[in-house]
Amino acid sequence: MSVTGNPLQPTLFELSRPGRGAGTRLPAPPADALERLPAAARRAVPPALPELNEATLVRHYVNLSHLNWSVDTGFYPLGSCTMKYNPKVNEWAARLPGFAALHPLAPDETAQGTLELLWRLEQDLAEISGMAAVTLQPAAGAQGELTGILMVRAYHRSRGDAARTDVLVPDSAHGTNPATASMAGFRTVNIPSAPDGGVDLDGFRAALGSTTAAVMITNPSTLGLFETRVVELLEMVHAAGALAYMDGANLNAMLGHFKPGAAGFDVMHFNVHKTFSTPHGGGGPGAGPVGVRSHLAPFLPEPLVLREPDGTFRLERAGERPASIGRMRSFVGNVGILVRAYAYIRAHGGDGLREVSEDAVLAANYLKHRLAGAYEIPYERPCMHEFVASSAGLKAATGVRTLDVAKRLIDKGFHPPTIYFPLTVEEAMLIEPTETESLETLDAFADAMLEIAREAHEDPELVQGAPHTAPVRRLDEATAARQPNLRWRAESPE
Amino acid sequence: MIPADLRYTKDHEWVRVDGDVATIGITRHAADQLGDIVFVELPAAGRTLEQFATFGVVESVKAVSDLFAPLGGEVVEANGALAAAPEVVNSDPYGAGWMLRIRLADAAQVDALLDAAAYEALVAEA
Amino acid sequence: MAYGPHTAGERGRMLEALGIASVDALFEAIPPAVRATGLDLAPALTELELMEHLGGLAGRNRTDLASFLGAGVYRHHLPPVVDQLLLRGELYTAYTPYQPEISQGTLQTIYEYQSLLAELTGMDVVSASHYDGAAATAEAALMTCRATRREHVLVSRSVHPHYRETFETYFAGANLTFAEIPLLAGGPGAGTTDLAALERMLADPKQAVAGVVAAQPSVLGLLEPMEEIGRLAHAAGALFVAVVEPVGLAVLAPPAAYGADIAAGEGQPLGMPPQYGGPYLGIVACREALIRQIPGRLIGMTADLEGKRAYVMTLRAREQDIRRERAASNICTNQALCALAASIYVAALGPGGLHDVAATGAARAAELEAALATAGAPRLYPGPYLNEFAVRVPDAVATHRRLLARGILAGIPLAELEPRDPSLAEGLLVCATEVTTTAEIERFAAALAAELARAPEAVR
Repeated sequence: MSVTGNPLQPTLFELSRPGRGAGTRLPAPPADALERLPAAARRAVPPALPELNEATLVRHYVNLSHLNWSVDTGFYPLGSCTMKYNPKVNEWAARLPGFAALHPLAPDETAQGTLELLWRLEQDLAEISGMAAVTLQPAAGAQGELTGILMVRAYHRSRGDAARTDVLVPDSAHGTNPATASMAGFRTVNIPSAPDGGVDLDGFRAALGSTTAAVMITNPSTLGLFETRVVELLEMVHAAGALAYMDGANLNAMLGHFKPGAAGFDVMHFNVHKTFSTPHGGGGPGAGPVGVRSHLAPFLPEPLVLREPDGTFRLERAGERPASIGRMRSFVGNVGILVRAYAYIRAHGGDGLREVSEDAVLAANYLKHRLAGAYEIPYERPCMHEFVASSAGLKAATGVRTLDVAKRLIDKGFHPPTIYFPLTVEEAMLIEPTETESLETLDAFADAMLEIAREAHEDPELVQGAPHTAPVRRLDEATAARQPNLRWRAESPE
Repeated sequence: MIPADLRYTKDHEWVRVDGDVATIGITRHAADQLGDIVFVELPAAGRTLEQFATFGVVESVKAVSDLFAPLGGEVVEANGALAAAPEVVNSDPYGAGWMLRIRLADAAQVDALLDAAAYEALVAEA
Repeated sequence: MAYGPHTAGERGRMLEALGIASVDALFEAIPPAVRATGLDLAPALTELELMEHLGGLAGRNRTDLASFLGAGVYRHHLPPVVDQLLLRGELYTAYTPYQPEISQGTLQTIYEYQSLLAELTGMDVVSASHYDGAAATAEAALMTCRATRREHVLVSRSVHPHYRETFETYFAGANLTFAEIPLLAGGPGAGTTDLAALERMLADPKQAVAGVVAAQPSVLGLLEPMEEIGRLAHAAGALFVAVVEPVGLAVLAPPAAYGADIAAGEGQPLGMPPQYGGPYLGIVACREALIRQIPGRLIGMTADLEGKRAYVMTLRAREQDIRRERAASNICTNQALCALAASIYVAALGPGGLHDVAATGAARAAELEAALATAGAPRLYPGPYLNEFAVRVPDAVATHRRLLARGILAGIPLAELEPRDPSLAEGLLVCATEVTTTAEIERFAAALAAELARAPEAVR
């Protein structure tokens, strides 16, 4: 597809001029530096990379940053994402040269500071989750899920049980859950939820059996509701010889109030970029540590961080724990991110984390209460840290859908909530305020939502044409998918 | 309107039978549900399809859906025009948006399919 | 609480609106039997105490060593402009760009990243990034199986052992198999992929091969016969995956030039410090024909309804939230901020600067080679290298530790990098980059010469 229309900002390539910014960043190499390399291995044509001076470069990125919404800009009530404030001291910590300059293969004795931090973080996450052991290796929540399910697989095989081929998930599950099950070689069985939004015990009972490897449960559920039947469910799962995985995306709801391992979950992952404030970075990086109860500990990926009797720390050696499922990735983990998570936990302590969840849950219930008149709240009981609202009624009465409400919120100065998820609620909006938003922000958001509902009745086209004030209007996503343009090409447009 | 001369499946495919060759596509209802279609994955000529097995995938901007063979048989031709213009499925699902032509293995299989009235009733219930 | 805004009064107002006396009422859904009453963690630290504590921990890591350690992660000069731009809150505290109208900043930076890597690799399509080089390579291998509908992959031992170990984990889950292609033991190509062995493995009628994976440069630093490997792979109907290092691509032939179908690798050298393991940047790139198989996010250019150029996440139907159990990969994130770091770094250096980084590293490495050879540690393998190579040192692990005591991080003993291969007991893998100084090289050589002179007396 050709380049179309006026750009908000030119690309780096369009800002480039031959010879612009020609370097004084490094001394010139000797002219013959590459002569010893065989010609066949050398690059024949230099890469057509952009040439910019630093001032042009800086303006480019500063101006692009102005086109973004961010937590540092304003409210971001994305359900299941936990868009809480990202503390600046964490950025300082991760950048300390002692942490940043350390090579991952450096000998243990030269890395004692980082190893101690990682070990303490393993202990802290174990305490928070009520689990016996934790791996910090997975690079993201989804990779944590895969880690957990691969451990489930290893566990069953270690007991000679190769018949367990299924993973059960409620139909409200996040898409990563079934995708993870497939990657680990399992078949996904979807169990419809009960009318109150929680797991349907009868449905699970009927599906559980000798072919079930595990169930994957999000708690609180993706509807923001605590699984009140969790104890019975876990008993049922274990009685069938299967294991229970908890998707920890919603942990912000229950820090200090519920410990999944203590309650009976066998394995769970954490999203440190959700619960533990590490920044989202525009889509990553995050980290997805995994906690397990003791019967799964032998299978954790390698290497773990260990403390010796003399108080020093080291990485596990290759092969030291033969039952390990192996590596999920290179080196020990996204340590730069884990430093931030550790700092966050240290800044709060146990009482502080418990208060985080209480404030998160209070704020969500308050918002739910404020929106209840204008939007359907499918589940009336108290929610946890997030809740679902629906525009189904609005759509029936005015034709204005959740998508339109979301885009109109942009005009009101807010980032939209998560929309059309979970799949089990029509015209869903999943709203999660988090504990770091002020009461006046919560009220302003509620006021805006109520105003949009009024606009939908009085002037539906205004809402349906939104956003009107964003840097760009609605996009032609169909053409973007039919004729993908995924890289800049120097050819001029037709 | 739902064309009266076609047969249908509960998975929203339509069939036009001409002797021992059947033309297959998806209904307007399916296309509307999917939204702007961006890609259709179809089998090559010569492949044998089983009735009700998946034979391809249709992708829209926000969704993906398996395609189920309404009838069994050998693929004679896949609609090559859909590679460059998948949107034709949205604009003309029963005509230029056809997807597959197959040579029927067993003409009697057509009897198991819904007629226009039955399909219309199915869609109305949804 | 550390970062929350609520006063007691504000909490009271919210409780009042809800008609409840305390927040405990909101936790009643938790069955009493499994209700926790708190967390046993160290008490909260104030900001001052926290900074002292973290500073203390960071201070216990050694940053004073003269380092020659590479093996997949490389130290480079990081222009300060990179980190200062990364600290813009609008960039690093933004979420995934699901609402494109208010995410054009992030979306354009990722499109530019895709474009820059496409230039460097010569490939048509670059994903918005994967977790790291290991996951990227494992997923690239899985791509070859999906695309060819075969179940067996061949991986050269020239690929980083962590990546091969990651294969094992990913492949076990996918019920696919892979086998390692051996390296030549001797001759001018010693240490590089054994082409004759590869040919034999490809000819096995019982194992149709989906993909062949090899690295350029190899984990041992050597330049590999990539064109020949690609030719053999294609002749057997397999796809060719090249594992690449991005700074080297400024001066080495890119994967597109030697017939790779997919390129994967570690993007850390582009603007990210080592950080003891991450976050890094998994590079995945492929030819146009494989576009529907590539995992992870893709950002595309389009227009809005007023005709303005804009960017959007596209080809989303491949991803987990839509395909669910049929998704090629469960990946839900990309390393967006790391991709941004890489883009700023490449743009800040420009093509000339990136060339100079690679060329200066090569020059320093040649200096290092000469100095170490004079000190008594010749190269283990004779073939050409860019900026990393292995040297022969008796009792390499012990020598490495004694050099450490002298303030030299002498690369890594091959026996530690590849514990499963006893033949590597006498190798040290060392590298140099543009930040390696002549003074450091001289110190290393002098210390090594001293250690080797002692060696006959040193009993371990």
